[in-house]
Amino acid sequence: MVDAVIRESGIGTRGRALDVVFRAATFFFAILVLVILFGIVAALIDGALPALKQFGFAFIVDSSWDPVKQIFGAFPAIYGTLITSFIAMLIGIPLAFGIAIFITELCPPWLKRPIGTLIELLAAIPSIIYGIWGLFVLAPMLQSHVQPFLVETLGAIPLIGFLFEGAPLGVGMLTAGIILSIMVLPFITSVMRDVFETVPTVLKESAYGIGATTFEVVWNIVLPYTRTGVIGGVMLGLGRALGETMAVTFVIGNSHQFMTSLLAPGTTISATLANEFSEADTPIYLSVMFALGLILSVITLLVLAAAKFMLSRMERQGGS
Amino acid sequence: MNPYARRRLVNMTVLSLSLAATAIGIIWLAAILWTLLENGIAALDVDFFTLDTPGSGSDGGGLRNAIFGSLIMTALGTFVGAPIGILAGTFLAEFGRGNPLAPAVRFINDILLSAPSIIVGVFVYEAMVLRMGHYSAWAGAVALGIIVIPVVIRTTENMLNLVPGSLREAAFALGTPKWKVIVFITYRAAMQGMLTGVLLAVARVSGETAPLLFTVVNNQFWQGVAMDAQMANLPVVIFQFAMSPDHNWQRLAWGGALVITFAILILNISARLLANLRGFSK
Repeated sequence: MVDAVIRESGIGTRGRALDVVFRAATFFFAILVLVILFGIVAALIDGALPALKQFGFAFIVDSSWDPVKQIFGAFPAIYGTLITSFIAMLIGIPLAFGIAIFITELCPPWLKRPIGTLIELLAAIPSIIYGIWGLFVLAPMLQSHVQPFLVETLGAIPLIGFLFEGAPLGVGMLTAGIILSIMVLPFITSVMRDVFETVPTVLKESAYGIGATTFEVVWNIVLPYTRTGVIGGVMLGLGRALGETMAVTFVIGNSHQFMTSLLAPGTTISATLANEFSEADTPIYLSVMFALGLILSVITLLVLAAAKFMLSRMERQGGS
Repeated sequence: MNPYARRRLVNMTVLSLSLAATAIGIIWLAAILWTLLENGIAALDVDFFTLDTPGSGSDGGGLRNAIFGSLIMTALGTFVGAPIGILAGTFLAEFGRGNPLAPAVRFINDILLSAPSIIVGVFVYEAMVLRMGHYSAWAGAVALGIIVIPVVIRTTENMLNLVPGSLREAAFALGTPKWKVIVFITYRAAMQGMLTGVLLAVARVSGETAPLLFTVVNNQFWQGVAMDAQMANLPVVIFQFAMSPDHNWQRLAWGGALVITFAILILNISARLLANLRGFSK
């Protein structure tokens, strides 16, 4: 409207010309975002082709890894990626949910910002610091205090015992999962807080009015109202956990041997890339690295796209 | 137990657990910072900032070359990434309405924001390192720049959207061309918010390790601003030193970890304070 009026008035044609240039520049760089993602995917596919041709579909399900004989299977890495992220979600979701309840429903208003900020600062700490801390503090602690206990108790239960057998090494899938759970905590918490705040006060007050407890309000009113957003937040955290590299590389143990025990060392896709990419000295080894990168990208991009989709649905709901 | 007492008990249990969850989160943060202080502070002497990384098995040394390399590459990455992010964010906020590409850009950008940074490293390896034939600080700076872009786009768009439309309309009414309105009115009104975004992006990339592992790798020596060669940088040095059995290296790794973490926390907190100054809170 304003644009049209100005255009018809015909003033400042030099300014108009610059308008076109400026708009074109912003458009160019906005498109660059699409080009970057396209470039990443194209580069990964291009690099991965030789490996995918040589190993085919078996690459995903095969668990042999022998750089000397040039035989590679990605199964242990994929398995490790999924399992560590699953452990992270198992611990991280209830913690994030608890913190979000505390901040939105319990916390006195003057404490909201400081506590919220402290939790968000967990996201500011670099991944490599989590790694060092995990290797030198958490792993020894788990090794001497927690893992022997797990082996004795859970390891003795018939059906799930195989998950908790073997020597307590400190490093391994469980340790990596625990570190990841703390790393994804701020991301999930922040989304949960945001969506909890969108619940209309009148809805909550109606429930309180008929005598519901705080927990009942959260469970029966807030959670159903924000379900899409909460799932979106969880997916966002999952996307982070799947692709997390340095922290996992420190504590996973870096073993390509497939083991069912959570206490055993393993590897993830990202940890394999971090450890072996610069050592990949033959074309096929390097191509295997690209193939791993491609698999990781496909998994995380799908999870993140689902997260984004759910959060935008939640936004629309909140706006209406 | 009557139903009422049971409901109250459930309520109290859940609320206590939520308090405990919050405590766990905060204690965890405190534990990490405490460990860093405990192990890192002893390494921080004059040598730490004035000497270069020592060889394996030797005593002493510092992280001068690594700190310098990190500063150079972070600065370069920000100088490349921030303007691109600001312009792209401007497109989304100011020209995006009605453009079918804008939602796509926004969607992809939010995905890139959370995408694993090691993938960016793989991409830059294929796009630059393979083509140039060797690792280089240029490649590292580009990788960091690619990570800066989505962070800056997101905050820029948010901050520009907070600028009241009446401000723009007042300028349009005077016959100001749109580019002038954006540059001199909207940008100026959103300046602090946009700066916050850039600071957060700097904080984000200064600790990034994964995208540097196979783009710049590392360099034991001081080579000044030799951008076309491998360059020492704090995150990769911390990674290599911490994973080695060498005690002197581990000592330096803790020192480096302490420096990098507190630098990032300070950046992060000042970015938040800056954002709060003008009420651009979350």
